[in-house]
Amino acid sequence: MGRKLLLEKAHVENIRLYEVYRREGGYRSVEKALKSMSPDQVTDEVKKSGLRGRGGAGFPTGMKWGFLAKPAGVPRYLVVNADESEPGTFKDRYLMEFIPHLLIEGMITSSYALGSNNSYIYIRGEYAWIVDILEQAIAEARQHGWLGKNILGSGFDCEIHVQRGAGAYICGEETALLESLEGKRGNPRIKPPFPAVKGLWDCPTVVNNVETITAVVPILNDGGEEYAKIGIGKSTGTKLISACGNINKPGVYEIDMTISVEEFIYSDEYCGGIPNGRKLKACIPGGSSVPILPANLLLKTAKGETRMMTYESLADGGFTSGSMMGSGGFIVLDDRQCVVRHTYTLARFYRHESCGQCSPCREGTGWMEKILWNIETGKGKMSDIDLLWDIQRKIEGNTICPLGDAAAWPVAAAIRHFRDEFEWHVNFPQEAQTRNFGLAHYADALELTV
Amino acid sequence: MAEQTNKPANLKVTIDNITVDVAPGTTILQAARQIGGDVTPPAMCFYSKLEGSGGKCRTCLVEVAAGSAADPRSMPKLVASCRTPIADGMVVKNITSDRVQEARAGVVEFLLVNHPLDCPVCDQAGECHLQDLGYEHGKEGTRYEFNRRTFEPEDIGPYIQLHMNRCILCYRCTYVADQLTDNRVHGVLDRGDHANISTHISKAIDNNFCGNMIDVCPVGALTDKTFRFKNRVWFTKPMEAHRDCDQCCGKVTIWQRGEDVLRVTARKDEWGEVQSFDGKPGWICNTCRFEKKKASDWVIEGPTKVNRHSVISQGHYVGLKKPTETLPAVMDGRDPKLLMDIHTVSDVNKIELSELPGPATSENFKK
Repeated sequence: MGRKLLLEKAHVENIRLYEVYRREGGYRSVEKALKSMSPDQVTDEVKKSGLRGRGGAGFPTGMKWGFLAKPAGVPRYLVVNADESEPGTFKDRYLMEFIPHLLIEGMITSSYALGSNNSYIYIRGEYAWIVDILEQAIAEARQHGWLGKNILGSGFDCEIHVQRGAGAYICGEETALLESLEGKRGNPRIKPPFPAVKGLWDCPTVVNNVETITAVVPILNDGGEEYAKIGIGKSTGTKLISACGNINKPGVYEIDMTISVEEFIYSDEYCGGIPNGRKLKACIPGGSSVPILPANLLLKTAKGETRMMTYESLADGGFTSGSMMGSGGFIVLDDRQCVVRHTYTLARFYRHESCGQCSPCREGTGWMEKILWNIETGKGKMSDIDLLWDIQRKIEGNTICPLGDAAAWPVAAAIRHFRDEFEWHVNFPQEAQTRNFGLAHYADALELTV
Repeated sequence: MAEQTNKPANLKVTIDNITVDVAPGTTILQAARQIGGDVTPPAMCFYSKLEGSGGKCRTCLVEVAAGSAADPRSMPKLVASCRTPIADGMVVKNITSDRVQEARAGVVEFLLVNHPLDCPVCDQAGECHLQDLGYEHGKEGTRYEFNRRTFEPEDIGPYIQLHMNRCILCYRCTYVADQLTDNRVHGVLDRGDHANISTHISKAIDNNFCGNMIDVCPVGALTDKTFRFKNRVWFTKPMEAHRDCDQCCGKVTIWQRGEDVLRVTARKDEWGEVQSFDGKPGWICNTCRFEKKKASDWVIEGPTKVNRHSVISQGHYVGLKKPTETLPAVMDGRDPKLLMDIHTVSDVNKIELSELPGPATSENFKK
C-alpha cells in the first residue's frame, strides 16, 4: 500500500466543508508558514522537497519559484493552472472536486512564499460545477480569516480569484493562459521573456499546476526533507495518476513513485489488470501528448530493466524507446484497439485545438489528420507513412509553444513502434475496415508477477 | 535601423561566418539585415515598425551555435531570429545550417499547403513575399493531396479587399489597426486552421489609416479595391512622389501606366517595409492612398529605385540596387562553385561539330 498525502483525506465525509477539513488537520501548513517561517524559508522547504511540476514538464518547482523576479514596487502573481485539458488527464478535477480546501491551503502558503497578494485559479470552462465548489471554499476560508487582509496577524494579505476559461486546450500552456486571463485571445507568447520575469500584466508570475500547489501542503506539514524521502532519485513525493482505457478499475490513484508500471497496471490496488482476459497492447503513460509505448517497451526498458512509475524511468531510452511521465494521464490500450484509429483521434484533437498562431502547427496538424484519416479508412498509400513522419519532424521543435511538439510526438511514436500496423492498413484496406490488427509481435505475453 | 545607429554598438555577433557589431537589444534578424544579402533570414510576419510583431510564421528560424561568449552552449531548438535578442559573442548559423534550410523548406511547404496559388489572378503577384519565399526556399512540387481550405468571402470595407484564402495569418494588419488607428475593429476569429481575419460587423473598416494594412500584408490577402484588377504591378512604373498632406507625411510611391496613376502606396525599403522619414515610419493616410489618383495631385520626384529582388525588379526600372553579395564571406573566402562547366564533363562536346559535314546525328557521337 503506497503512501498517500493528497488523497489521504479525500474520502472523509463532507471534507469539502471547511469545518470537516479543519478538523482533519487542514490549514496547519498556513499556520506554520505564516507564524514561524519567512517566505524564503518556505521556498527553501519546497526546494529541499525536490518537488517537480506535476503539469507535464516536470520542472523542479523550487527552482521555478527561485527564478521569480522580485523588483520593488511591482506586484507578483501566483496563477494556478487548472485548465486540465489533456485527453486522459483528470487528476486536478478530482482534487478540486473532492478536497478543494487543499488547493486553497496550498495557494495561501505558496502565495506567501512568492509574495503574491492576488492569486488566480484559471479553470477550464468545462469544469463549471467545480467553479462553484472552489468559490464556496474560498468564501469559507475568507470567513475564517485565512484569506483577506493581515492573515493570522502576519501582515500578509492574500486574495484568491477564480477565472473560468472558455474551453481551449491551448490555454493550458502557461503564456496562453496568462493572455486568456488578461482577457485576450489565448495565443501563447513568444519566450523569452519568461513569465517569471514578465507574466500576468507584465508582472513577475509563477504558473503552477493544481497538483503541484496542493503538494506544498504536505511538504510544509512534514518538512521538505521528509517529503524527499518518498520516491526514487529525483522523482520525489507522490504523484496522482489518472488511469483510463482498457483496465478493470479506471480512476485517479496516488502513487508514491516506487512502484513498477507492471504493478500499477496489474495490481488490484491500482488498475486491476486488463478486463475480459485481453492482453496489453500499448499504453500512453502521461497524457495524450507523450509518446505511446508498446507493451514490451512499457514494462521493461530497452536495457531490460523494470520500468518504474517515475519521471526518469518512464523517460528512459529517450523517445526511441521511452516516453514521459507527463501529466499522469495513463491510457491503456488492449489488443482490440487500433493504433491508427487512435493516432487519428489524437491528431484530430490537436488539429482542433491548435491556436493557429504559427504556421507549422496550424497547417501541419490538419494535414496529418487528413492523411491519418485516409490510412484509417483504407485510402492510404505507403508513401503517406513516410510523409507523416516528415511532417511531424518539421513541426516538432519549430513552433512557438509545446503544442506543436505535443501534436507531433504521438504520431512519431505510433509510426516508430507500430509501423507494421500502418502498413497493414495500407496493404489490406478492406480487412482494416472490419477488424483490427491485433497484437503482432510487439506485445509480448506477460507473466504476472504481482 | 535608423534609431539604433545612434546608440553605441558594442555587441559582436557572427552570422554565417560574418561578424558584425550591433547595438544591445538588436534581434538576430535585424543584425542579419545590417549585413544584408543571402545571410538575412526571410521574414513573413515580422515588421520592424510594428511593435510586438514577429515570431509567428517561423520562416526566420536560425540555429544558434553558441549562445554568447560567456555561455558558448548552443541552443537546442532553432529560434525565431526576429524575436531573439543578440548576446555578445553569439554565433548564428543561417544559410550554413542544413537544419535551418530543412526547417525553412518545411515552413514554406506548410504556408503553401492551403494557399490557393491563384497568383495569375492575384493583384499581389509580382510583389508578393510568399512568391519570393516559395521561389527561394520552397520545393517545386507539392505533397498535399487534399482540398484546400477555403473561407466565405467577406466584405470588410470600402477600400480594402479581403481574400482570406490567401492569408498566412501574420497578424501584421491587426498590429497596424492597434498601433495606427484609434480603434481596431477586425481581428483573428476562430482558431487552428480555421483562424481567420474578420470583422465583427461587415464593412466595418473605414479608419483613415487602415489603408496601411494593404502595405504591410505580405501576401494578397488584403489588396487595394481601387487598384483591383486594373493592372499587373510589373506593367506599372513606380515613381516617387509627394504632396502636402495635413494627415500624413505625404511621401508615397505612385504606380503609373502612362500618365494614369493606378495605385498609391507608401514607400518601401529593401525588406518590403515602409520607409522611415526623420525616424518615423512613413505611413500614409487614406486620402493620399485612395483619393489622389491624378498625376496632377502629386509632385513627382523621379523613378523609384526598386531594391527588392522580386519579380517587379526584373523589368525596366532604373537604378536597380542589387543585394549585397555575401557568399564568399560566408564560405570563408572560397568562391562558390555554383555550376559545373558542362564542357568539362560532357562527351558530346569532345567532337568538333563544325568539322562534321552537315547536321550532327547520333551516329557521330558513338565514335
